[in-house]
Amino acid sequence: METMLDNLPQIPMADGIDWTVDQITEVFSWLFNPIKSGLGAVLDYSAEYLAMVPPIIFILIVAIVAFFLSGKKFGLAAFSIIGLLFIENQGLWDQLVSTFTLVFYASLISVIVGIPVGILMSKSRIAENIITPVLDFMQTMPAFVYLIPAVAFFGIGMVPGVFASFIFATPPVVRFTNLGIRQVSTELVEASDAFGTTGSQKLFKVELPMAKRTIMAGVNQTVMLSLSMVVIASMIGAPGLGRDVLSALQRADAGPGFVAGFAIVILAIIIDRFTQNLNKEKH
Amino acid sequence: MPIKVENLSKIFGKRTKEATSLLDEGYSKEEVLEKTGCTVGVNRANFEVKEGEVFVIMGLSGSGKSTLVRLLNRLIEPTEGNVEIDGDNLATMNKEDLREVRRTKMSMVFQKFALFPFRTVLENTEFGLEIQGIDKEERSEKAQDALELVGLGSFMQQYPNQLSGGMQQRVGLARALANDPEVLLMDEAFSALDPLIRKDMQDELLDLQEKMQKTIIFITHDLDEALRIGDRIALMKDGSIVQIGTPEEILINPANDYVEKFVEDVDRSKVLTADKIMKRPETVDFHKHGPRVALERMREQGLSTIYVTDRSRNLKGYVTADDARSAREEGISSLESIIKTDMPTVDLDTSIQDIFNVIHDAPVPVAVTEEGKLRGIIVRGAVIAALADGNGNGVNGDDA
Repeated sequence: METMLDNLPQIPMADGIDWTVDQITEVFSWLFNPIKSGLGAVLDYSAEYLAMVPPIIFILIVAIVAFFLSGKKFGLAAFSIIGLLFIENQGLWDQLVSTFTLVFYASLISVIVGIPVGILMSKSRIAENIITPVLDFMQTMPAFVYLIPAVAFFGIGMVPGVFASFIFATPPVVRFTNLGIRQVSTELVEASDAFGTTGSQKLFKVELPMAKRTIMAGVNQTVMLSLSMVVIASMIGAPGLGRDVLSALQRADAGPGFVAGFAIVILAIIIDRFTQNLNKEKH
Repeated sequence: MPIKVENLSKIFGKRTKEATSLLDEGYSKEEVLEKTGCTVGVNRANFEVKEGEVFVIMGLSGSGKSTLVRLLNRLIEPTEGNVEIDGDNLATMNKEDLREVRRTKMSMVFQKFALFPFRTVLENTEFGLEIQGIDKEERSEKAQDALELVGLGSFMQQYPNQLSGGMQQRVGLARALANDPEVLLMDEAFSALDPLIRKDMQDELLDLQEKMQKTIIFITHDLDEALRIGDRIALMKDGSIVQIGTPEEILINPANDYVEKFVEDVDRSKVLTADKIMKRPETVDFHKHGPRVALERMREQGLSTIYVTDRSRNLKGYVTADDARSAREEGISSLESIIKTDMPTVDLDTSIQDIFNVIHDAPVPVAVTEEGKLRGIIVRGAVIAALADGNGNGVNGDDA
């Protein structure tokens, strides 16, 4: 039976988006190309230099930092040594370095962009109303989908991986920054105003220090999310542990798949504990 | 005249113009809310605060007192009216001038202290000076002076959460004083403290005020507190000031039923203190006098006991007429063997309520002392007279 709905013409949504992506690729090539080569070079050099450090020295440095960061306790340091030695032993060291580089830069860009956006959001109701649905969109759209325009904009390799993970991982730090600043108690904001602070004095001397813990929790989430993008990013040629998982999947090879998976878990735990310890109150 | 407030109003809501004109026509707060959906926070407040005065704004919660104090430094924007400070109208000045006033002329102390938890006590106290861009050395010096003033000189490197509530509020006070403002706004500054600490802080504020002579605008919901510290009190109800006057004026001549009802609830036994109802004591000198003199004085004054002090009026005890008589008959010349020390003593500022507890089974009049020195005595009749009489007048005479 034919209904009214069948007679409606289909909206050419997909074609529209294709066209838009093409247009963006073309119009913004002046922006994308330098990013591609510039960021690409930074990523490559960073990974290269890190890979030049002998694993044993790298592991020792991580362990020492872990020891002091966790308040002179041995737990995290011991875990880091054992975990990283295991990864080295499995022959995944170079992949580990690539993955770490990708996660590091993706998170760094997310934080650099995310915190100011979060501040803007906390200061303006209008900004909040506009940005919130954008963040919802960024987080709920399946992460694979970002890979398609990422390739169109930046080709294949690490750069589109950073781009896709930036889009997927930025929302938490934006949201937590907004939340942290909005949560600063009215009385403290009033106290700041009553002493005659300017807007930026209030932000830097009261609001950001008060919101620091919440913002750091957001940073932690962002880092974890960009780590979770590692496997997905490997589909567009980003090197690292993700690529091992992906190739194991393609060959239905459980052993190497799990080993690479374990390596990602170990890295995740180490990064998570590091960022959490950075967030501990000193008093 | 440091502060002059004229027709100051705050109406929360969208149709403020309409609400204002309804208020002008004499509609009440409830009627305005019903007709326009606007809440009247403060309704045309008018008052002047003199230099060096402690001006208390007192009202129950919802009376608009906290809104009013925030209108004074424009933490809340007034709907209409003027706030003049040193001749400048704060309500209409631009942002930069307002900031300057907040930095140098007015400081605020908050109910829940509003200290910055990530700053040490010293850094908290420095806050206002830091905002003004004063260099580190000078601000640390001024902040230390302010902390010494409130008795926290040795806690400078602590964090606020390491201090008790009373100490935290001292930091709040020091932070406000460090700017050396002309006007101190205190929003329920002692309300979050427990009663004993609150009383200490009130005393301390009065002591400080004696030294500093700041203009203080103090918000409270506690009438006892208002009566204790206020030079003048403004009573608020539903956003309007219903009476302004000295504590006595308000107690004795309530402007309307509302104030009267309010004052009626004041427990006179809490407001009146020992020094208001005590009378001059008859005493004998422990070192100079013996039972004979004591007995003679008691007979003259028609007493059955008499207090004994030393030369500098330190209270030693009391003797009874019976003991003195038998001592005289036995020929004892010193009071030492018959002196008794089980007398009840209270301080000058002990309230009648507390005196009540000690007086009812005391064998002798209650001794009022100040640092061990006898200042006066209170007989039972004086307490009852004070409670019966409205305002504590007329009980101070010797006939009590």
